[in-house]
Amino acid sequence: MNELIEDSILIKVRDVHFSRGSKLIFDGVDMDIQRGKVTAIMGPSGTGKTTLLKIIGGQLRPSQGSVEVDGSNIHAIRHKELYQLRKKMGMLFQSGALLTDITVFDNVAFPLREHTNLPESMIRSLVLMKLQAVGLRGAFNLMPSELSGGMARRVALARAISLDPMMIMYDEPFTGQDPISMGVLVQLIRLLNDALSLTSIVVSHDVRETCAIADFVYLVSDGKVVGSGTPEELAESDSEWAQQFLLGMPDGPVPFHYSAKPYVQDLIEH
Amino acid sequence: MLNYFQRLGASTLSVLERLGRASIFFANILLSIPSVLIRPRLLFSQMYSVGVLSFSLIVISGLFVGMVLALQGFYTLSDFGAEGMLGVMVAASLVRELGPVVAALLFAGRAGSALTAEIGLMKATEQLSGMEMMAVDPVARIVAPRFLAGLISMPILATIFSAVGIMGGYFIGVGLLGIDEGGYWSQMQAKIDFNIDIINGLIKSVVFGWVVTWIAVFEGHDAIPTSDGVSRATTRTVVHSAFAILALDFILTALMFGDI
Amino acid sequence: MYVSRSIEIIVGLFVAIGFLAMFFLTMQVSNLSGFNKETGYDIKAGFENIGSLKVMAPVSIAGVKIGRVTGIDFDSESFEAIVTMSIDSKFNELPSDSSASILTAGLLGEQYIGLEAGGEEEFLVEGSKLELTQSALVLEQIIGQFLFSKDGAD
Repeated sequence: MNELIEDSILIKVRDVHFSRGSKLIFDGVDMDIQRGKVTAIMGPSGTGKTTLLKIIGGQLRPSQGSVEVDGSNIHAIRHKELYQLRKKMGMLFQSGALLTDITVFDNVAFPLREHTNLPESMIRSLVLMKLQAVGLRGAFNLMPSELSGGMARRVALARAISLDPMMIMYDEPFTGQDPISMGVLVQLIRLLNDALSLTSIVVSHDVRETCAIADFVYLVSDGKVVGSGTPEELAESDSEWAQQFLLGMPDGPVPFHYSAKPYVQDLIEH
Repeated sequence: MLNYFQRLGASTLSVLERLGRASIFFANILLSIPSVLIRPRLLFSQMYSVGVLSFSLIVISGLFVGMVLALQGFYTLSDFGAEGMLGVMVAASLVRELGPVVAALLFAGRAGSALTAEIGLMKATEQLSGMEMMAVDPVARIVAPRFLAGLISMPILATIFSAVGIMGGYFIGVGLLGIDEGGYWSQMQAKIDFNIDIINGLIKSVVFGWVVTWIAVFEGHDAIPTSDGVSRATTRTVVHSAFAILALDFILTALMFGDI
Repeated sequence: MYVSRSIEIIVGLFVAIGFLAMFFLTMQVSNLSGFNKETGYDIKAGFENIGSLKVMAPVSIAGVKIGRVTGIDFDSESFEAIVTMSIDSKFNELPSDSSASILTAGLLGEQYIGLEAGGEEEFLVEGSKLELTQSALVLEQIIGQFLFSKDGAD
């Protein structure tokens, strides 16, 4: 019984500390990411949510604590094993991070060509299938500079799933999108997760869209997990913090004012 | 006073830190070179943007440098009645010094800055990060082919520079100033030694190619991923390359020609 | 992978031009263009003093360059400098009693070997040794002799 529960967890984040320069970004973060589920990590801007994804992907090393992905500690394994593991991890960057000097088709084909020896005809079929899944098969011949932001993210998504990974990390997928492309992305994340039996991690601060597709939500603030649960649980929780964030109240545990000396004192000093 | 020493110490440490990082980076490039040799097509496309695109600049500059050398040399040498030595003077200056040095300075401005800007922008737009997450090592895929292309292109460009310059000197010396054609070539052949002059010039250009491309790819890879950071890195590439070329040229010249 | 054929051709052309330039420097500009060993024959000559003669210095007869100095050695029995010269095989009818002297091109120029033809019927061949030689003029010795003879005259 115990083993079964353990196995259903794909990523175990344990007591992660991380600081950039003298600024402490994570101060002991614990998380469990369930297999086959969409897990959302939400929190105000500037709380290092993207940093957390980079730590999970092994691009950054925490000063303390460990991250275990599919049974292996990602910061302890060897470089080669890390690269093997990364083939099973997709990541969607905020900007899409498409290679700007090659076409949409070549971008999606890039991981296949790098990691497999498939014949060109099969690569073509695979790429068109992935592009069809994100609805951009017709755009295969465009250059990344000709795409809108939402399209670029969908191409990046097609590229992220081209190697059939076990998980995908989405970094702020909804930021700066118009309502239509936002709706497309929300639907895609959920559909792909279920159709390909992926595990998805969505980092976002768009409460409504994220809660609509997430199975489980972690709220992060000030380097700590301040709340967790299903969207419904969080909505009903009486945590001040959760209420402030989910309802978008300007003042609360996260103060409206950046920390400063008393206002009156500041004014009369000069 | 203490503050001054503190700052001095801090800046020394940061210089050492950068040097160390650049060296580790260079070691990583070296380790990745076998993977480039397996896929030479990556190298070809970089040879095109690093080498071929610098070709016209090198040819035109080489021609003019050779012509100016012949013109200036003629007026000085004719005072001693030694116009016959013009060919030697042009060829020796080009093959020993100006070919490798000027070609490397031009190369740093043309190809080095472009390399830094390209890699820096790829970093700023998360393309390098994205590759890493696709389990593609950006050092092997992006940096190493560019480094190798620069290392190969530089001696080719320097050789072309010298050859074109000598022909430019020929046009001016023989065509315009009326020096004896046979004398121009035969004096050159008598005085320019293959091992001492041409091989050493080639060694210089290989060293310059190495240092310029190393600086360029390192600055790009190490750039702060903002537009300001990339522009600063590009400037640093050109400035540091120029310093490195001239300083190394002095050291190499002292080593190669010092005891002759 | 993303490289078109035309780019490969252009890069190939670029490298070819590089080799061409290298070939030009080697053959047209440097001394490799001159005399090859295969086409010449070696002769030797002993000198009391070679002054500042160097390997690769030209060898000429009647002012025409016919070869190069290829080696300079010291014979510890006769205490002479042995100079090996490679003569272009075109000039294979030089009398065997020709003489060699070390001359200076101009007042400050480099030193070279000038041959003077003799009258023998036989010709110089590979390995011949020139018997009649005249050493380099060493400025200090000339000045010394001049001062000495002046002293004697007084």
